[in-house]
Amino acid sequence: MTVFKARDDKDVLEAVSWAVSEKSALELLCGGGQRALGRPLQTADTLDLSGLAGIRLYEPAELVLGAGPATSRQTILQALDGADQMMAFEPVDLGPLYGRDPGQGSIGGIFSLNLAGPRRLKAGAARDHLLGFQAVSGRAEMFKSGGRVVKNVTGYDLSKLMAGSFGTLAALTDVTFKVMPKPEKTWTALVYGLEAAQAIGAMSAAMNSPHEVSSAGFVPADLAPKSAVSRISQSGQSVTAIRIEGPGPSVSERVMEIKKMLAEFGPTDELHSTNSNLFWAEMRDALYLVAPMERAVWRISVPPRDGAAVLAAIASRHQVSYFFDWAGGLIWLAVAPGVDAAATDIRASFAACGGHATLIRAPAEVRAAVPVFQPLGTAGLALSQRIKASFDPENILNPGRMHGDI
Amino acid sequence: MLMPKPSQEIIAKRSAIVAALQAIVPGEGVITSDDEMRAYETDGLSAYRQMPLVVTLPETPEQVAAVLAYCAGAGVKVVPRGSGTSLSGGALPLADGVILGLGKFNRILDVDYENRCAVVQPGVTNLAITHAVQSEGFYYAPDPSSQIACSIGGNVAENAGGVHCLKYGLTTNNLLGLQLATLDGEIMRIGGRHLDSGGYDLMGLLTGSEGLLGVVTEVTVRILRKPTTARAVLIGFPSSEAAGETVAAVIGAGIIPGGMEMMDNPAINAAEDFVNAGYPRDAQALLIVELDGPKIEVDFLIDRVRQIAEGKGATTLRVSESEAERDSFWAGRKSAFPAVGRISPDYMCMDGTIPRQALPEILKRMAEMSNRHGLRVANVFHAGDGNLHPLILFDANQPGQLERAEAFGADILKSCVELGGVLTGEHGVGIEKRDLMGEMFTEADLAQQQRVKCAFDPDGLLNPGKVFPNLHRCAELGRMHVQRGQLPFPDIPRF
Ligand SMILES: Cc1cc2nc3c(=O)[nH]c(=O)nc-3n(C[C@H](O)[C@H](O)[C@H](O)COP(=O)(O)OP(=O)(O)OC[C@H]3O[C@@H](n4cnc5c(N)ncnc54)[C@H](O)[C@@H]3O)c2cc1C
Repeated sequence: MTVFKARDDKDVLEAVSWAVSEKSALELLCGGGQRALGRPLQTADTLDLSGLAGIRLYEPAELVLGAGPATSRQTILQALDGADQMMAFEPVDLGPLYGRDPGQGSIGGIFSLNLAGPRRLKAGAARDHLLGFQAVSGRAEMFKSGGRVVKNVTGYDLSKLMAGSFGTLAALTDVTFKVMPKPEKTWTALVYGLEAAQAIGAMSAAMNSPHEVSSAGFVPADLAPKSAVSRISQSGQSVTAIRIEGPGPSVSERVMEIKKMLAEFGPTDELHSTNSNLFWAEMRDALYLVAPMERAVWRISVPPRDGAAVLAAIASRHQVSYFFDWAGGLIWLAVAPGVDAAATDIRASFAACGGHATLIRAPAEVRAAVPVFQPLGTAGLALSQRIKASFDPENILNPGRMHGDI
Repeated sequence: MLMPKPSQEIIAKRSAIVAALQAIVPGEGVITSDDEMRAYETDGLSAYRQMPLVVTLPETPEQVAAVLAYCAGAGVKVVPRGSGTSLSGGALPLADGVILGLGKFNRILDVDYENRCAVVQPGVTNLAITHAVQSEGFYYAPDPSSQIACSIGGNVAENAGGVHCLKYGLTTNNLLGLQLATLDGEIMRIGGRHLDSGGYDLMGLLTGSEGLLGVVTEVTVRILRKPTTARAVLIGFPSSEAAGETVAAVIGAGIIPGGMEMMDNPAINAAEDFVNAGYPRDAQALLIVELDGPKIEVDFLIDRVRQIAEGKGATTLRVSESEAERDSFWAGRKSAFPAVGRISPDYMCMDGTIPRQALPEILKRMAEMSNRHGLRVANVFHAGDGNLHPLILFDANQPGQLERAEAFGADILKSCVELGGVLTGEHGVGIEKRDLMGEMFTEADLAQQQRVKCAFDPDGLLNPGKVFPNLHRCAELGRMHVQRGQLPFPDIPRF
């Protein structure tokens, strides 16, 4: 097993050219953060992109940042903090779930995973923010797509395809993405003591109000004590949370309105900026499910209205811990790993309403045995295979990371 | 504009093709008479016209899939068509191709307030979606100016944008699900009422693919609760630089307005002549900044925008105090195209995007080009996201003017690319910008895009002649030309 450590895009091209001519697969590493997610690979060699780091372009007034794929999350966040800006999609930091320190990982990994946090409801996912990229395809060709502006329909939007492709199409050598101003103030309206189904109703009412809710989540009573925010950990009850962001006077008024509106569901309370930020970061990174480490962790996306019913169906057959994000549309769930981490029952639970489930954390044997990503239908799989082949006909890049040999 | 050479062989088989389509789409779903086909011979880029081989108007996804499967088997080209408002010639027919019109797919299938989405057929107009949900206080955010006419399927195919996209995103950011009919006759579902399907983001790829990959037969869009308040500020500036700096400063202050539109002096005067909106005629640039949201927030931000604009030397500034006044601010901007149409026999609407900061530079270059080409230009912009709509004024009846206007337009778009921008922000490449793709992309970039097309359409039958300047066969594109790499890498550190 050889590790090729590329210093620039030419090295990447050279390494992929060699691999193609040898018909020998490469595992792409961009800081290593994403290795624990996806199906384990058995490639002969590794292409380490960690040398392609650094911010190439950051123009706060243009809301745009461009960087090498290995630029660390920390570096990006520090630069953004300096201009009071953010990645609005709140990239999930999987480090803690995998037992590592938070704050690791790279921007290339963030886009390859396309995992968005609680603000997904209002601001979109990583894929909505990637404006352009440069890469080396599995055909050993350097190519680019997109640009540095938001309004762009010139040619196919290959950025969408790259986001969430887990390095199976091309090795990114540069990414350009949209950044946004941080909200001046972030408060959270809380409702205590709801059952899962009631919480869905309360979150839906808030989402359907004109108050521009940016996130809505629910932590059941058994997980609430794990929060670092005392109003949540000490409540002794479940907590339904509605996030409101914006200029100062607007935020306090809207939180008051939301609390008034939700008072019929249960007793209400509020969090101010510091506690709000702490709480939504816990949700984003699924910190409530970190321990016990041996449990498998799923991320399940369903229509928000169906969140409670899907959860109930799974909980009727398995002992689970869970919480809701995305107004009930995202269920983070921990279950005993067993042989298949309850994959069959979990995927059956939303067969009627539609959705998808990703096995975020599980021992390598389990990840090798069950589909980590939602299986595709026959036509979808065939099309995905043809798309993969259009970038990587010899199946050189991260083969088998996602589905079958993709 | 050179289109692919029509196949005489296919044209000779017309009656067999018509019969086969009639077997799939019964009744009046196949149109063959020249008189009736005339309605389909052009789209919003009306300088180009072409009668199709035949037009078919299927009514069900199964019929669409069957038409596609038949055409794939018989080697017949297909051009999907929504409402035909494309400004880039995306729906221009081919002499040897079938127009597959989606006009009969005009039903709203479901409105689901609990999941905040609507499921609609592709021929439903953009505005009809908002009409279907507004009684409950909801709306569909992307609002192209053509929204009374354009179809949601066409919006998906072009990734249409509008004034409100600065804050609420483009079509691609407001979709949850698609149903797609492919050339192999499959009907696929992508996404649903949930977010972020796993696997490759086919929905993202299809959005903006200009009808070259498949035919959209159903769309699930997100709907949003309408903000309680919207107010606009109308600001006149002595220079476009001052207006450009104001745009940058508003965004730099962390404010993302619902819309931020700019007009230059010729556009201001054309609009004023047409609708008497009360625009300052002597201003070199006019900004309309609209803030929407909760009332308290809107009032607060309006004040900040006012301070910023005054600091940048605004000469006139009015804040709307009523809905009627807000509408009057927009009246001029909204009628900018017809207003320009009145002062010139013909005009051509361009659609480049630049980084916001390059606004003064592109305006300077356009003034110079206007002299060089001897044609006038009026400018309206989606200033908040740097999307320009220069309107080039010409008279098609004067020999050579159309060509000069096209050359002028091409020069503008080349400048956009040079300044870090792109050829098209929302109108699509179509045939109009097809031959300029090389300004932005290398051969390798374009070949990779075309290989993606091959994954959907191996024989190049869906809307050929659009988007890509050169047609390559998929087999040729698939061939690998990799130089044998040498191990050990002399240059790559290994360990
Ligand atoms: C006055 C005017 C103002 C405009 N303003 C704007 C604006 O503000 N913003 C903006 O973005 N655009 C604007 N446009 C352009 C145009 O309205 C949009 O591109 C619109 O999305 C096209 O929709 P359509 O239904 O008319 O599509 P068509 O013109 O019929 O087709 C456009 C393309 O989409 C493909 N297509 C259509 N339906 C489908 C389908 N169901 N499946 C697959 N492919 C399909 C066609 O093959 C073609 O390539 C404007 C046009 C006009 C005439």
